[in-house]
Order: sequence, then C-alpha cells, then structure tokens
Amino acid sequence: MTRLTRRYPFSASHRLQVDALSAEENRELFGKCNNPYGHGHNYVLEVSVAGEAEPGFGMLIDRADLDQLVRNSVLADIDHRDMNADVPEFQDLNPTTENLALVIGRRLCRAWRRQYPASAVRLSRIRLEETGRNSFELQMENL
Amino acid sequence: MVQITRKAEFSASHFLRNPDWSDERNRETYGVEAQTHGHNWVLEVTVSGAVDPTHGMIIDLKELKEIMHERVVDVWDHRHLNHEAPPFNEINPTTENVAREIWNRLQPEVDRPGCRLHSIRLYETPDLYVDYSEAA
Repeated sequence: MTRLTRRYPFSASHRLQVDALSAEENRELFGKCNNPYGHGHNYVLEVSVAGEAEPGFGMLIDRADLDQLVRNSVLADIDHRDMNADVPEFQDLNPTTENLALVIGRRLCRAWRRQYPASAVRLSRIRLEETGRNSFELQMENL
Repeated sequence: MVQITRKAEFSASHFLRNPDWSDERNRETYGVEAQTHGHNWVLEVTVSGAVDPTHGMIIDLKELKEIMHERVVDVWDHRHLNHEAPPFNEINPTTENVAREIWNRLQPEVDRPGCRLHSIRLYETPDLYVDYSEAA
C-alpha cells in the first residue's frame, strides 16, 4: 500500500465557548482558551491519500490537484480567519481542534467524492496540528 | 510486537518522465517536475518484531544503518537518480516509485525470524512524504 501525505500550514483564530453554558462555566472549563477576543494558532493540516500508484503516471495523485482541492474546500474560508465568526460550521459548534478536524474531514470527503467519484485511490486520513505539541488524527473511513 | 524506526538522509536529483509519452505530454503532466531538480530526501525505515530476550533488541540498529547505507544512501547520495541509479533509467522516479524501490532493496536484507520490514516513509520535502508497506 502506498500512502502520500501533504502538509498544509494555515493560521486561524478561535475562542472556545459553549453557548449553553454560563460565562463562569465556560471560563472554568476552557480557561484562557475562553478569553473574549479569541487567540490564534499556526495549524498544520496533513492530508493523506492511499492506494496504488497508477503505473503510467507513477503517482497516486497530481500534487497540484490535491493542493487545489484542499485550498478550495478548506483553506479558502479558514486560513487567516476568525473561525467563530467566519466559518459557517462553527456558528453553533465549539471550534476545538477535535471539532475542526471533523469539519475539515467532512469537507474533504465531500470534495473528494465530487472530484474523484470512481477513483481507486482513496482519501485515507487527516492529521491536524494545533501547535507543535498537540495533534489530532482522523481516519476517513471512520467519518 | 515493537516497532523501531531509523532515519537517514540523502541528497539526489531527478526528473519525472514517462518514456512512453511525448515530451509535450510529460511537460503537461509533470510541470516543473519534468525538469532536473534535487531534494534532500529523508528516509525513515520502520521494522517490527519481538524483542529478543537475550540481546534486548529487535534488530541491531548498527546493522540496520549499514543495510540502509549500503543499499540506498551510499549508492544514491549526490547522484542523479534517472542517470545514475537503476532502475530509474527505466522507472519514473516519482516519490511513490522511489519509496517502493527502497522497500524492494531493504526487505530481503531486513526480514529474518522475529523481525520484519514494516514500512518505509520517504520525505521528498518536509511537506510531502510517502509511506509504503506491503500487507503481511
């Protein structure tokens, strides 16, 4: 099995906040991550595709095509944005990095199915770094 | 079952070309990758097995290092893969194909009772890597 992984750095701001909880409960639960104006991270998204390289082409996927898919479906409205304000999914969802990984995973699955409906190569996993010490991994077949 | 990973680096140039295609189709398909250029390749070799109760290891890491150097690093470092590193005179040296070739070179040397080659990870750049493994 061959799996190709590409890394996409992006920067975004978030504030952890659950509207159903009181201000006090939010502060207690999320600490400085609940500070009112939000804070930012340099995230790194890893996107992996797996299968067997097509013999003539010698690649699993054209890198530029993968870049474009990730750019259009994820980075376009998340990179250099305030996720609480600018990302539709986070209008009623707490933008923890766990939830961000799920949002990104679902977007990529939809975009992949649209662009490669019959491909033997599959989207296999994503890994999302919030900081150099924090990362979240999602197997696409579990979505 | 324990896995252990050893890392090595080599620098080599390549270009991407399918010999069955016209120059134009190669240029269209591979873009700047169709021109000679180089990378600092980073190779991670993972072996898996049981820890031997007498010496406390899966494989002697010095031996693994020697295998990686003899079969890959020393023969490819500071070389042009297409011109100087068969089979890449015939096989298109995409990162996918280079990873598989490394697997083919290392597996017969690494596999032994209690120890198997588990996977190859090959970084073409820090932001692009390929994992290769064969289901046991």
